[in-house]
Amino acid sequence: MAVLEARGIVRRFGGLLAVSDASLEAQPGRITALIGPNGAGKTTLFAIVAGFLKPDGGSVRFDGRETTGMAPHRICRLGLVRTFQIVQPFGALSVRENIAVGAHLHERRRARALEEAEGIARQVGMEAQLDRPAEGLTIAGRKRLELARALATRPKLLLLDEVMAGLTPTEVGEIVAVIKRIRDSGVTILLIEHAMQAVMSLSDDIYVLNQGRIIAHGAPRDIASNPQVVEAYLGSRAVHA
Amino acid sequence: MLLFVFFLVLPLFIGSRFWLGFWTTTLFFALLGQSWNILGGYGGQVSFGHAVFFGTGAYVSAVLQVRFGLDAWTSAALAVAAGALVGAFVGALSFRYGLRGSYFALVTLAFAEVFRVLVNAWDFTGSGFGMLVPMKPGAANLQFADRTWFYYMIFVLAVLAYAITWRVERSRFGAYLLAIRENEDAARALGIDAFRIKLAAITLSGAMAAVAGVFYIQYYLFVDSHLGYGPAMSVNALLAPLIGGAGTVLGPLIGAVALGALAELTSLLLGKEPGVNLLAFGVLLLVILRFLPNGLMGLLKRAQRGSS
Amino acid sequence: MALGLALIYGVLHIINFAHGSILMLALYAGFFLFTLAGVDPYAAIPILAAVFFAGGYVLQRYVIAPISFGRDTNVLLVTLGLSIIIDNLALYLWTSNTRTIDVRYAQVFVDVGVTAVALPKLVALGAAVLIGVLFWLLMTRTDAGKAIRAVSKERQGARIVGISVEHVFALSFGLGCAVVAIAACLLLPTFYVTPQVGNAFVLIAFTTVVLGGMGSFMGALLGGLLLGVVEAYSGLLLGESLGQIGIFLIFILVLLFRPTGLFGQRA
Repeated sequence: MAVLEARGIVRRFGGLLAVSDASLEAQPGRITALIGPNGAGKTTLFAIVAGFLKPDGGSVRFDGRETTGMAPHRICRLGLVRTFQIVQPFGALSVRENIAVGAHLHERRRARALEEAEGIARQVGMEAQLDRPAEGLTIAGRKRLELARALATRPKLLLLDEVMAGLTPTEVGEIVAVIKRIRDSGVTILLIEHAMQAVMSLSDDIYVLNQGRIIAHGAPRDIASNPQVVEAYLGSRAVHA
Repeated sequence: MLLFVFFLVLPLFIGSRFWLGFWTTTLFFALLGQSWNILGGYGGQVSFGHAVFFGTGAYVSAVLQVRFGLDAWTSAALAVAAGALVGAFVGALSFRYGLRGSYFALVTLAFAEVFRVLVNAWDFTGSGFGMLVPMKPGAANLQFADRTWFYYMIFVLAVLAYAITWRVERSRFGAYLLAIRENEDAARALGIDAFRIKLAAITLSGAMAAVAGVFYIQYYLFVDSHLGYGPAMSVNALLAPLIGGAGTVLGPLIGAVALGALAELTSLLLGKEPGVNLLAFGVLLLVILRFLPNGLMGLLKRAQRGSS
Repeated sequence: MALGLALIYGVLHIINFAHGSILMLALYAGFFLFTLAGVDPYAAIPILAAVFFAGGYVLQRYVIAPISFGRDTNVLLVTLGLSIIIDNLALYLWTSNTRTIDVRYAQVFVDVGVTAVALPKLVALGAAVLIGVLFWLLMTRTDAGKAIRAVSKERQGARIVGISVEHVFALSFGLGCAVVAIAACLLLPTFYVTPQVGNAFVLIAFTTVVLGGMGSFMGALLGGLLLGVVEAYSGLLLGESLGQIGIFLIFILVLLFRPTGLFGQRA
């Protein structure tokens, strides 16, 4: 059974149809990618799945449960956690304290949460920065922190929104390795990404969103050679060139 | 820890009534400031109308004693409960409708004003004359002929409040509060029920401010709509934590001491004209906001880090 | 009578939308009224307007902005600090004695059909509307006005197009202060002047803005009008002292249920 099932999602903003009849599934233990040109509606879809926006139509089922319209913190408690495209660190808190906030989801005691935070930081390669204030981190550091924080909640499904944006190729490589390790530990991952090579090498399954509609779905190989996808990204001239 | 002992033995060294009064008032503002600190410093929800909780504490206590003949202790307890209730009420309304930042600040001011006008118009609460609690010294009435006992009263109350704050800072509740302050959306994405946490914070804050209100009425035996619910007390509530360091346990205390010292200094230098000390406070506030946004505690922390 | 007052304040807040944040303008009005000793208020209008515009510009650009680091609540705190300073300075310099001025025409009443209204209040009303119209023209026809609107809608974008955001903020603040000064002159014939006068107006002013909607002058104007009516009615219904509540309650209710006000843009 799919960990996440979104069916027929529709969302309007005023007169603009941001998401139109989009359906996707995330299979357990696999990495599913959601790609598409800018403005296609990917982050909107994420926001709907995570509960930050209510859809105008369609339904979301997480882990077998109907979660359409549920509040974000409740969805998180069920095991779905998201990161943000524009990183949102708890600036004045240290890296350790940041991650601990995530850990507190299932750990009441402060000391234990802080310990867990250390462990998670090690997992993503951040032990060196544990006591630094979050606002002092580089972009790459913040992205990694965001990832670590989400991980600390022990999610079943992790939604990563452009976690590689703004990273150098080396940093991308590092994050990809981290993501793979997370997948191997049993967490299902759904990610939005623009870094094509990373997406192709990382994902098991890809959905392509364009102007609010899912225009393609399949394995990386098939997507890469799909003319509709190419057209969506590069314009129709590229296909016929 | 040192501070605890310092304040504990302080009265033994004080000769004059003046200094006793000074330290009593300072601790009072330290308490009031701490109540603001929980909501505004840790929770990041700046309130401009904290008087609404303080005034409730003072007025309920007064009304219960004067109109219903209840004893001082019971009145005090009920007054604190009332403060918590008002906190929950204001919080439930404001947070339910997603009021943040400046809007929240102004709404608290509006609530304080509403209460002020209400108690001022109502005979039951003394209307324009205020409420006067009859002077009957004795521990049973929470009034003391020897002012030293008042000092110890506020001392105990302040210690309690600071202990609670200290524990909160080290708890999950505190971590969640800070997360909400730093970034509410991110906090919600991590499973935090922001509404419930903020509501808890404002309820606690309201109760603490009401405790200060109870002390006030027992100490001065008089309150009216301006003293209880007026902007003056609201401003006092936020000055100490902001100057001392919002979001820290000792911030409000340091702020209260600094403000008290500044007040004495200005009256020495510029005379006892009305408003002069507030003038100095305003300037200090601006200076702090510009150069030491983390308050005096921030300065201390930097010094610590520098020397280690 | 509150009508005239509220209208004036409605116009007052037209400018704040450049910030989106709220300033304690009303406070200044009270204070500076003191300086009018001797000069006929209406004649003083242009003088004070100019002085306040300049003063406001400087204040915003060199005091408020640097201290607040741009964050909303900080701006509020900074203006709070400023108002504390100004309030108490005035208290210190001029004591809390009430002053009024005695002008011949304050006693002239005009029959407005339903009731007789004091001339100065009528003038105030007229002036408020006039100012409202002027501002509307200013905002839509002049470059400065367009710049202000641009900044209020999209700060970063405006910067990119070459508009100096700090300058615009300062300009709008200055304009706001100028309007306050004008309002002060208009009010002077019929009002008591004490250092505490400003406090009463602050919340009323905020309420007008919030009611009308931030970012909309029509809204502010209408908001002022509406508030005036509300205050008059609640005064009638609940008695003079309770009447003030009407305004605060509206403030709370609007913020809770319609934060964008009647005509405002999304906050």
